[in-house]
Amino acid sequence: MATYQLIVNNQAVEVDAQPDTPLLWVLRDNLQMTGTKYGCGKALCGACTVHLDGSPVRSCSTPISTVGDKKITTIEGYSEPVVHRVQEAWIAEDVPQCGYCQSGQIMSAIALLEQNPSPTDDDIDQAMAGNICRCGTYVRIRRAIKRAAKGGNQ
Amino acid sequence: MKEQQDKSTVFKVNRRDFLKTGTLGMTGLMLGVQFSCSDKSKLLTGNPDVVFTPNIFISISGSGDVTLIAHRSEMGTGIRTSLPLILADELEADWKRVKIEQAVGDSKYGDQNTDGSYSVRMFYEPMRRMGATVRLMLEQAAAREWGVDVSECKAKNHEVVHTSGKAFGFGYLAEKAVDLPVPEEGSLTLKTPEDFNYITKKTSIYDLQDIATGSAVFGMDYDLPGAKVAVMSRNPEAGPGIRSFDGEVALQVPGVLQVFTLDNPGFPTTHDKALGGVVVVADSTWAALQGKKALRIQWESGINADYDSESFQQDMLSRARKPGKVRREQGNVTEAMSRAVKTVEGEYLVPHLAHAPMETPCAQALVTDNVCEVWAPVQDPQWTRRAVAAALGFDEDSVKVNVTLLGGAFGRKSKPDFAVEAALISRQSGFPVKLLWTREDDIQHDFLHFLSAQYLKVGIDENNRVNAWLHRTVFPPIGGTSNLSEKEPSGFEVSMGHVDNPFDIPNMSCETQEAPAKVRIGWLRSVANIHHGFAVGCTLDEVAEARGVDPAQNLIELLGADRKIDFGALTADFWNYNEKIEEFPWDTARFRNVIEVVRDKSGWGKSMPKGSGMGIAAHRSFLTYVACVVEVTVDDKGQIRIPMVHYAVDCGVPVNPERIKSQFEGGAAFAASLALKSRISVKGGKVEQDNFDGYQVARITDAPYDTLVHIVESSEKPTGVGEPPVPPFIPALCNAIYAATGKRIRQLPISLG
Ligand code: FES
Ligand code: FES
Repeated sequence: MATYQLIVNNQAVEVDAQPDTPLLWVLRDNLQMTGTKYGCGKALCGACTVHLDGSPVRSCSTPISTVGDKKITTIEGYSEPVVHRVQEAWIAEDVPQCGYCQSGQIMSAIALLEQNPSPTDDDIDQAMAGNICRCGTYVRIRRAIKRAAKGGNQ
Repeated sequence: MKEQQDKSTVFKVNRRDFLKTGTLGMTGLMLGVQFSCSDKSKLLTGNPDVVFTPNIFISISGSGDVTLIAHRSEMGTGIRTSLPLILADELEADWKRVKIEQAVGDSKYGDQNTDGSYSVRMFYEPMRRMGATVRLMLEQAAAREWGVDVSECKAKNHEVVHTSGKAFGFGYLAEKAVDLPVPEEGSLTLKTPEDFNYITKKTSIYDLQDIATGSAVFGMDYDLPGAKVAVMSRNPEAGPGIRSFDGEVALQVPGVLQVFTLDNPGFPTTHDKALGGVVVVADSTWAALQGKKALRIQWESGINADYDSESFQQDMLSRARKPGKVRREQGNVTEAMSRAVKTVEGEYLVPHLAHAPMETPCAQALVTDNVCEVWAPVQDPQWTRRAVAAALGFDEDSVKVNVTLLGGAFGRKSKPDFAVEAALISRQSGFPVKLLWTREDDIQHDFLHFLSAQYLKVGIDENNRVNAWLHRTVFPPIGGTSNLSEKEPSGFEVSMGHVDNPFDIPNMSCETQEAPAKVRIGWLRSVANIHHGFAVGCTLDEVAEARGVDPAQNLIELLGADRKIDFGALTADFWNYNEKIEEFPWDTARFRNVIEVVRDKSGWGKSMPKGSGMGIAAHRSFLTYVACVVEVTVDDKGQIRIPMVHYAVDCGVPVNPERIKSQFEGGAAFAASLALKSRISVKGGKVEQDNFDGYQVARITDAPYDTLVHIVESSEKPTGVGEPPVPPFIPALCNAIYAATGKRIRQLPISLG
């Protein structure tokens, strides 16, 4: 067991965990932040996507010992305008069905739009292909990303 | 209500029971009424502590808040919104003032088995009546207050308004209505469609905001105080138990608290028993997973230890080539076939498939003394309650099942085995527990979709008419998972695209063969319609080609004159999704109409560039009529892309069109997974895939780029839309691939290599 000082959603927290514990389980079990989901545990589905210093990572495959002082951001923690635009676009397009994959989808979409404010279809394919939605909301995910890119207007 | 429900039997609600079983009266304190509004002509609220609960689904507080019960499980269809929306509409409640509460599993709510695409079909009328009943009570209460005739009072958007213009709010009337008798059903007037506020209009799902911000509560998200995490190792072969195991190393993993075994059910396993195996209970998920990895287990071998799905399917295919048990017969197929001038013949194979909902099965449970409480993402909380009670030896009244949101289900979570496991683990460990199935557990121990082999042969006579249809289907039935003697598809399974063939063909034989279940077989979104829709839809396209007729025109011609087909007279095996055929006829006019609509809307027949094509198919399932056109492009490497899908759907009154569209968009993507990517194979009794690398599903790059849904305007009784999008998509895609490449697809998943 080791102690880690983390910055999660701009707040300093301290957790005790085994060094190999994936960030996903630290978030869910230690910090009771359940917005980040488990889907495969092997970086295959994207349900667990969070940001480390603004870049999307699969938290199921990110050992806590490798996080260091990088800022962790989860679905619960955003306040930047781009995030509101994405969440608003998700709501405006009625994207979710069951909703389970959507935290991860939204986190991937935010990362895409932060790096690339007006993504093409190919850019969207590339950025989002790691996120599975078994309910099949892909058409609307694409539409919502485009809406958010245009500042919320369709 | 007494309930003896087999999961394949739809439970019919006695519509009056809603009001009889509801508690009439009020809870809370009876205090003096406080007027919150100075304009006495418009009293909006009353005593906030008063709650008017005229039936078990509706309560109205003195502050005007309306709480509606969602009694069916939300797994992505939007049902947790759509049924309360029907109540709210008839009640004239303002949706913005409505709170939804999820019901626990209890037979007092009527059927809660959220499966088989029948929630709206079964509850549209009862919900409307319940809403209308309470609306009338509020109008009566207002009339009494004003001393006027009730005919002068009309509920409108959370108020009851008098013809003079004065009004009372629902909150104010809550207390006034508590002592009113429940009106007779005959005195109710249902709203006319022009007056609908929500039904047939667009409404977003109730949980939308929570989902978009990560605060929605799924199975593992509920915060059960003091809960430990449990994971299990289960025998790769379904049913048998443990020969020996060593849990010592696992117990040394920091955080692991306990290692113990659960009994195995043997084979057949049934659909609701825990599979048994070795349990690891730990302080944290990671410790539990590490502990599981450290287990050393020798598993017993059972009767299916040599099951090899590939050779089994070949064996099924060789049987499909021979005459089987006749399930529907008309005329004389053999004789007609011998007179045919052209024949079309094909063999169709579909593998086992896994549900793989994004949220794996999981459940939380707390067992103390003789009481058990469960929190779980289950499709059928009443069955869960019964199964948990049976496993613990409790009576049902001692078991409470709370339903969380379901992170997808597709039929997997109607089986309560994982909730049973959680309850047994809580009892044995003495802890409240959260049981997690890993993705590996999910794919290795699913209730798999049947693998199947089919043989079809069609004869065309000298007048270019189809005069003979032979369809043999072989697949291990769902019933074989509970009963070894069930080896041949039952009536409901052949009524999903096999014996319910609507085409007007004089000589027909629909046959089956035996195939025992070797793994746990379960129902997957649209069930046997998946493989039957595939084989029939592709065969029809070949028939069109053989006849030299446009494929859309071919479907219409084969369908013959508009009529309502009395399948009951054609085959004893016919099953109409638990509805009487008089109530929900098989109406070929509606079928023809969706074909015509999709043909016209999709630009069917337009010229397509090289390497691309369009395909069409139509299929009625779960009483909903669907036709589908898929556009496809195939590049020189055989890479398939789906730029556009058109659906035409006739599901009767379209209660929540927005969610109907999303079900069709999602259904197309789900079907794209089955058509293009997904395959489970079993060797030595063990599933060979264990995560999304081996068991692939459609990603954003595989799924259709766009899906347009054309909903037929209708005042017919509403029918479901969760499953019906899946069956016609697959053959429409295969037919499009044929148009693009000249290659016929006879096996899933599609391989152009
Ligand atoms: S859970 Fe991390 S990618 Fe699937
Ligand atoms: S919305 Fe259900 S998995 Fe994406």
